[in-house]
Amino acid sequence: MTPHPTATPAYPDIKPPVTSIGLIGWIRANLFNSWFNSILTLLVLAGLFKTVPPMVKWAFIDSLWTSTSAECHADGGACWSIITANIRFILFGFYPPDQQWRPLSAMILLVVMLLITRNRRWWHRALAWAWVAALTAMWLLMRGGFIGLQFVESTQWGGMPLTLILAIFGLTAAYPLGVVLALGRQSRMPAIKSLCVIYIELIRGVPLISLLFMSSVIFPLFLPEGITVNKIIRAQAAIILFTAAYIAEVVRGGLQAIPKGQFEAADSLGLNYFQTMRLVVLPQALKIVIPPTVSILISAFKDTSLVVIIALYDILKTTQSTLSNPKWMGFSTEAYIFLAAVYFLCCFFMSNWSRQLEKDLST
Amino acid sequence: MDQQTPTTPTEPQEKISFWHDPDRLAIFYQALALTIVVLVGYYLFSNTLTNLERQNIATGFGFFGKEAAFEIGESLISYSAADTYFRALAVGVLNTLKVAFAGIILTVILGTFVGIARLSSNWLVSRLAAVYTEVLQDIPVLLQLFFWYAIFYEVLPSPRQALNPVAGVFMSNRGLVVGVPETHPAHAWMLAAFAAGCLAVWLLRRWAVHRQEETGRIFPVFWSAVAILLVLPALAWVAGGAPTAMNVPELQGFNFEGGINISPEFSALLLGLVLYTAAFVAEIVRAGIQSVSHGQTEAAMSLGLRPGKVLQLVILPQALRVIIPPLTSQMLNLTKNSSLAVAIGYPDFVSVANTTINQTGQAIEGIALIMAVYLFFSLTTSVFMNWYNKKVKLVER
Repeated sequence: MTPHPTATPAYPDIKPPVTSIGLIGWIRANLFNSWFNSILTLLVLAGLFKTVPPMVKWAFIDSLWTSTSAECHADGGACWSIITANIRFILFGFYPPDQQWRPLSAMILLVVMLLITRNRRWWHRALAWAWVAALTAMWLLMRGGFIGLQFVESTQWGGMPLTLILAIFGLTAAYPLGVVLALGRQSRMPAIKSLCVIYIELIRGVPLISLLFMSSVIFPLFLPEGITVNKIIRAQAAIILFTAAYIAEVVRGGLQAIPKGQFEAADSLGLNYFQTMRLVVLPQALKIVIPPTVSILISAFKDTSLVVIIALYDILKTTQSTLSNPKWMGFSTEAYIFLAAVYFLCCFFMSNWSRQLEKDLST
Repeated sequence: MDQQTPTTPTEPQEKISFWHDPDRLAIFYQALALTIVVLVGYYLFSNTLTNLERQNIATGFGFFGKEAAFEIGESLISYSAADTYFRALAVGVLNTLKVAFAGIILTVILGTFVGIARLSSNWLVSRLAAVYTEVLQDIPVLLQLFFWYAIFYEVLPSPRQALNPVAGVFMSNRGLVVGVPETHPAHAWMLAAFAAGCLAVWLLRRWAVHRQEETGRIFPVFWSAVAILLVLPALAWVAGGAPTAMNVPELQGFNFEGGINISPEFSALLLGLVLYTAAFVAEIVRAGIQSVSHGQTEAAMSLGLRPGKVLQLVILPQALRVIIPPLTSQMLNLTKNSSLAVAIGYPDFVSVANTTINQTGQAIEGIALIMAVYLFFSLTTSVFMNWYNKKVKLVER
């Protein structure tokens, strides 16, 4: 592309050199822009070449997907068959096999609701009622005992539905409690304020597992003789009490971000405390804290896996019992990788959503 | 309540009804809340007392002095099954502190490293760091612990075929065995020399700051500190007779003798906690560095500061103010998450307390102890945090 000096007196546009545009330019700008970065790139590439091909070979090329356990033991690659052979137990636990369409449809209902909620155009009062209806429907579907549906004891619930129930009900119940606690903490009444502060700091200072132990060991002692509460509900209560303290702190952040003028304006309109909060302060405060609330939802979802320690059959525990089956012993890596992928996808969906919300709401 | 302030009655003769008097209402609400809490508390307490009596469960901490009669896999202080419950619980607390301490140090190092890598101008490095933080944050820490523990006991070979990546280090399904120098009195002297070095560096720094304020001359504190901290222990080592004997692990029968044995439980717990928490720390570090606007760097450079000084005097003080508070809460999270050790059989405090509960049946005392210990950790941390926040608070004109 050398310009012809005699043909055109005006200089035509000279294209940038090939080394600064296109693929080569990109590589130079992003991977080899200094001697340090060049060395770093080469080191990282060498590391990737050493680790990635054997892993791909193990996970895909040498792997078995639908074999028996004996074939797996003979083979050197990954044994994904442990998942495909036990998927029903891993997903649904001890739920009666012929009834497993019920937890499946409850989960599908939940996913549909989540997808609808994802879109902010649908955020009306009707959606809140739809959620109440959907959660009730899920509960009834799981429980059964009416119009010909077989009654399934909640001790038989397990796997993915249990994980989802603990997370979703945990958050829906913890949210209002957390808002009340946050309001209490901001209150000017010393007795109420100190009660809330003590509760929040106490719960946030101890690990969830101690609350779960409490629910499984001490809680029965609290009740009068003859009354027993189902273990799942006790664990659920512990998760709710735990999550509420964290939500309270998040909401407090939102409340503190509301300018004082808003309170004064509400006062001058003659609104009382509850009207001020319900109509003026909370709608603004809760909107600010949507993204951190979603991250609490994510950690609540991850924390449900702790119920393994008090022997509830959530999806982690069902996977572990599959692994303790002598036939499938020794394939923990595959099983845990599968489970990690399940948790990752769920959390990734939520955190992506939170990021999108953050973008939408920062007007 | 927020509208209680304007309560000076303008017309005192007019009687305000009870339901419209914020002051009296406030007293009423507080009394109501306290009554409910006390009543519920009393109800639960009396139920508990009846239940305990009915089930013949002892109360109080009398079990502290009794013989524990269970073994603990690893311990920092000498312990045997014949020791008391109190000593067993102390072993548990020390084991929790051990994993928390090692975990916090490694997490800060790894997290800072990944956080900086995330901001690297090298596309490959920043992508890898992003994938790391994104993936590890979204997998429950308990699952990660199980995964690493499974790797340790399923994938690693038996001690006879132990991997030997570096001389003196053996990895097997019985854990990690590392060769260490043979104990020698010179080591105590080296430690003392190091402590003396720290004191000397502190004094040196004070003197250097003072001199710089007086005369404006800068003293290279950092490099002299490095030299002092290296040379003093080295001198102590030479003076102590320069011992070089190593305690190298050797295969005896089915397991290794000698060296330091790091159990698979501890390794899996430490690895899981560090990798998980470092992902959060990386995000915090990244946000902290990004919170310092580029104008600050340019301003500092236009004042003629060298890049090292720009980092030390302008960027770090501002970034750390953003980084430290969430970082401490992550450190606390790591300590609280170390309680998951009970799931993979590392004898941390929760695990020992759990065994104690199972043996004595005194669940209330056991769980109260667990909560008290973790609350103590959190409260100490928040006292430190308040002190720090006060210290670094932006003093505005």
